[in-house]
Amino acid sequence: MVIVAIAIARIHDLFAVVMLTGIFSLLGAAAYVVMDAVDVAFTEAAVGAGASTVLMLGTLALTTSKERPAPAKNVISALIVVVLTGVVLIYGTLDMPIYGDLMAPIHHHVADHYLGGSSAEVGLPNVVTSVLASYRSYDTLGETFVIFTAAAGVLAILGQSRLPRRQHDYEDSEKGMVSSPEKSKGSST
Amino acid sequence: MRQKIILRVISKFLIPYILLFALYVQWHGDFGPGGGFQAGVIFAAGFILYAIIFGVATAREVLSATTTRFLLVIGVLLYSGVGVAGILLGGNYLDYNVLADTPIGGQHVGIILVEFGVGITVAASVITIFCTFAGRRPEEHEEEYGEN
Repeated sequence: MVIVAIAIARIHDLFAVVMLTGIFSLLGAAAYVVMDAVDVAFTEAAVGAGASTVLMLGTLALTTSKERPAPAKNVISALIVVVLTGVVLIYGTLDMPIYGDLMAPIHHHVADHYLGGSSAEVGLPNVVTSVLASYRSYDTLGETFVIFTAAAGVLAILGQSRLPRRQHDYEDSEKGMVSSPEKSKGSST
Repeated sequence: MRQKIILRVISKFLIPYILLFALYVQWHGDFGPGGGFQAGVIFAAGFILYAIIFGVATAREVLSATTTRFLLVIGVLLYSGVGVAGILLGGNYLDYNVLADTPIGGQHVGIILVEFGVGITVAASVITIFCTFAGRRPEEHEEEYGEN
């Protein structure tokens, strides 16, 4: 993953970068499988490597696939900021319990109740599903609304231009006329 | 990419299995890894593959813009509706225990309905976002940003 991340930062061909981010997500999914988090790995593989890569490719088709490298300014100060942030983050992890520690607080807040009571109270073999959909269903409802809002936002910003029959309107009209009157006409139909 | 025969044949062969796998993940999420979210994304991926190969306009004939917008709302309403049904049957909001005769049966019904709602909304959102992006024409983009 480190190699892929460095490659993403160095390559200027955006098509290759999009592919590499997909590979990065897939590697992340593999890491989740290694840590026995199959549900998370599933989501990462489907969303990170699949859907978001396709969305990035769609964006590339609209824009350009070559990065315009910005002239490097203030390299030293940027490096200092990055190193400082990294040091602070690593310092923060020193307090965390080691991976797989049974006495870690996160394993003893409500997790005991969920793991012990799930089969009696919910009756599903997959505890992840019972936590997601039953114990934490308010959270999942919120997530669903977030996704709904994302799609609604995209529709509100870009949705008017998708009606194919309006292409004739565009070709007929002059460039300056295109902006507001045509759009309002398209959205009302 | 309509003229690439290998892509066309292979994708036609694969898409039914992708959609079938999405449904499997949707309904089997209670017993194995998976659930509504993953199933929605996989379903949308199958649809997007079709849209990439055969064009967005062709794909839109299968699921029109109006249909996906309705599905978007139906998923959220299904999820919220399960919660309201819990209130009407005498429990708390999103309390599944009252949905069937036994608490465990109620949990089963509630979880399956809720996951289905999540799946519908996620699939419709991803399809909507993809088609909105892919349906835009590049010329329009240059027009908007040409003034900068």
